[in-house]
Amino acid sequence: MEELLHILEKNARLPVEDIAAMLDKTPAEVAAMMDEAAEKGCIRGYEALIDWERAGVNLVEASIELHVSPRKSRGFDEIASVIASFDEVDSVLLMSGGYDLQVTVKGRSFQEIALFVAKRLSPLDDVLSTATSFVLRTYKRGGRLYQNEEADDRECTVL
Amino acid sequence: MNYDQLLAPAAKAMRPSGIRKFFDLAADMPHCISLGVGEPDFKTPWSIRDAGIRSLEQGKTKYTANAGIKELRAEICRYLARRMDLEYQPENVLVTVGGSEAIDLTIRALVSPGDEVIIPEPCFVCYEPITQLTGGVPVPIATKAEDEFRLTPEALRAAITPRTKLLVLPFPNNPTGAVMDRDSLEAIAEVLRGTDIMVLSDEIYAELTYGLDRHVSIASLPGMKDRTIVVNGFSKAYAMTGWRLGYAVGPQPVIAVMTKIHQSCIMSAPTTSQYAAITALRSCDDEIEIMRDEYNRRRRYVVKALNDMGLTCFEPRGAFYVFPCIRVSGLTSEEFCERLLREQEVAIVPGDAFGASGEGFARISYAYSVDHLETAMRRIRRFLQEHGWLEEQK
Repeated sequence: MEELLHILEKNARLPVEDIAAMLDKTPAEVAAMMDEAAEKGCIRGYEALIDWERAGVNLVEASIELHVSPRKSRGFDEIASVIASFDEVDSVLLMSGGYDLQVTVKGRSFQEIALFVAKRLSPLDDVLSTATSFVLRTYKRGGRLYQNEEADDRECTVL
Repeated sequence: MNYDQLLAPAAKAMRPSGIRKFFDLAADMPHCISLGVGEPDFKTPWSIRDAGIRSLEQGKTKYTANAGIKELRAEICRYLARRMDLEYQPENVLVTVGGSEAIDLTIRALVSPGDEVIIPEPCFVCYEPITQLTGGVPVPIATKAEDEFRLTPEALRAAITPRTKLLVLPFPNNPTGAVMDRDSLEAIAEVLRGTDIMVLSDEIYAELTYGLDRHVSIASLPGMKDRTIVVNGFSKAYAMTGWRLGYAVGPQPVIAVMTKIHQSCIMSAPTTSQYAAITALRSCDDEIEIMRDEYNRRRRYVVKALNDMGLTCFEPRGAFYVFPCIRVSGLTSEEFCERLLREQEVAIVPGDAFGASGEGFARISYAYSVDHLETAMRRIRRFLQEHGWLEEQK
């Protein structure tokens, strides 16, 4: 199962038949494994890695560092779930180190994100402070290079 | 100057690589997809690169001992014992500039003019020209698809004459992906026992075998160690082709003469590479497995994709090549590959580049990402379809 998940993580669009060949299984077995993984929630979804800049679409992304006050019985879970429930929020991660939650937010403009932070995030009772940093450029995402794709420079013909 | 007259006849007679024009053609095609190279697509594992960098920081930039850093030779012995079931001492080891130099030295140390060198084909192309440069006589043996491209004891026996000096054993094989299992090797060993024939066992792909059985070295069979020079290196197992580092292990008197030649023309293998290689042997067994598992997935995928489109191939158990039969097209290997290149911009290597017995086949390397392989397989399928050579599968 782990091997299947690694393959899908790299390329979710591979035909089931090809994955089956790679794993030395039948397509039906692989399809069943994928269903099982989805049911168990191991596979959270399939999405495309899109370079919006190249697509000519304006999209602003920000990473927000949050200090929050954890609750006595539920720790960080409660405030993290509240933040995760906002549609604007792309990811919420509990971090070790200098701050508690890392939240990434996507929007159409700087202003839209600024308003979201000011009007929705900051006023939350358990949010102590926020520090918002905007993404200026994406160099790599999901293991793929966005700017300078590495060319295959192997030339030597070893016969 | 009449260079033609000046050049040494033996050097001039070396066959130029038959596929040069091919790759020149491919170089002018920006959208060409190559499945032609014979080296890993992985980068050298970071810990190995780091060890090389550290050695430079420490100023280790001088020649090493001619035979290689002692620590490295000791580590090679431990590695061969751990993974190949071979027992050697550091004085049996010579560190070389790639496996290629080790092959060159072995042949030069052993072969005199007129001596015959048996070479199972199809194979890596260097054995024949090096033999010819020493004045030796290459004796090719054609291995066959129906034998899974293994060397058979019958074919070997038929090729042996009183002048036979050396048998080259290039397994796991480039370009066929064939391996020799223990029983097949034992049958070969049985033919050699009691003769004076030496063996050059080129085991550069030893770590890249797929299936339950690991690679078996002929030197590990009873009575064979004394007549075998094992050639191996770091290029394929550790993705270190550019570091140019390999080695030969064998009987001390032979290694001593090889070291003498090495001393005269190379001095010592690259120092930085040697320090990096110590780390490779000490701490990268896991990295080998990770790369091998990835090759194995691609191998299964490519074998199935080719068989599905009627380019039948036996299942290669080693290296990172598939060797499909292209006879369904009615073309020669060279015609097939050239048309595939011109029409679909996919570069693969005609089988006859690896010896006459490779005619009717082509070599496809799967040292490429799955995405790259998928695109190539789609194009090859389209090529067959457009010419009506595709046998539609259910």
